[in-house]
Amino acid sequence: MTAVAPEATGSTTLQGARVGVITFPGTLDDRDAARAVRLAGGTAVPLWHADADLHEVDAVVLPGGFSYGDYLRAGAISRFAPVMGELVEAAQGGLPVLGICNGFQVLTEAHLLPGSMIKNDHRTFLCREQVLVVENAETAWTRDYNQGERITIPLKNQDGQYVADEHTLDELEGEGRVVFRYEGWNPNGSRRDIAGITNAAGNVVGLMPHPEHAVEVGFGPDGEAGPRTGTDGLRFFSSVLTTLLG
Amino acid sequence: MGRVVVDVMPKPEILDPQGKAVAAALPRLGFEGFTGVRQGKRFELEVDGEVTEAVLETVRQAAATLLSNPVIEDVVRVAAAEEHDATQAGAVPGGASTAGPHA
Repeated sequence: MTAVAPEATGSTTLQGARVGVITFPGTLDDRDAARAVRLAGGTAVPLWHADADLHEVDAVVLPGGFSYGDYLRAGAISRFAPVMGELVEAAQGGLPVLGICNGFQVLTEAHLLPGSMIKNDHRTFLCREQVLVVENAETAWTRDYNQGERITIPLKNQDGQYVADEHTLDELEGEGRVVFRYEGWNPNGSRRDIAGITNAAGNVVGLMPHPEHAVEVGFGPDGEAGPRTGTDGLRFFSSVLTTLLG
Repeated sequence: MGRVVVDVMPKPEILDPQGKAVAAALPRLGFEGFTGVRQGKRFELEVDGEVTEAVLETVRQAAATLLSNPVIEDVVRVAAAEEHDATQAGAVPGGASTAGPHA
């Protein structure tokens, strides 16, 4: 596994790709997500929930956290934030959008991705280094991975159990829209071990684990080169730059 | 002042981890004989004046779009609150609701 995708480093053209990172009240991981964008070679653009303008960004990350304190349901109130109007429209028009953890919950509440998340089956908050299998390496956010590759990135949530009806699950499987599956152990009871999914067009991806916390040696999960050397999450962000800049 | 009550329950086919936790705690406190618990949500929406059919229709729409997520939850009741239904001052001590949880 390469730590950094070659096409994502040192290129001045990549600096032109502007990736927006939305901050809602209660968002926690916006700075890490912005940092991940920069480390991959892109330009991070802070977006504010109350500003109904995407400022012409080329892609958007909805980061993790507890927006609106998870009141009502995780992501339920954020889904109606002013910024979401233009985002939903742009996502339907093909804008690459990545929802991480709480961001994934917002995307399901906004009906950009099917299904929903409920409390973990073991009912506790869980934080661990999680192995995932990349099941679809053709989305806007996964094309720098290899099909079937195992990656390790952090997982940390309480409402991480992915649920959908059987028909929806069959449809997701049949269309290759399961992007990541939990490997080895299902940490939250998610249906069919699903950790992340995409929409039909492959531009919108949501997952519960956190790629933005595994992008720099010294700060990530344990890797082959030693403790905290894992950078398996970086290629989410290089993938979208590859998508945008060909 | 009128009040509309909205009850939302997890769908029957969806595992309810909170209900399961409550079910496990009951016998530990000596409350025996309960084979299952499901935990839902109750909303009380206040309006100026009467609860008209138009108000109820607006609440039904709000219940379907914001108060519940149809993927995991059912709206099981949207109704004008009865006097004894109010949770403020007049709540009946230990009051059992006359309304069943399933509409």
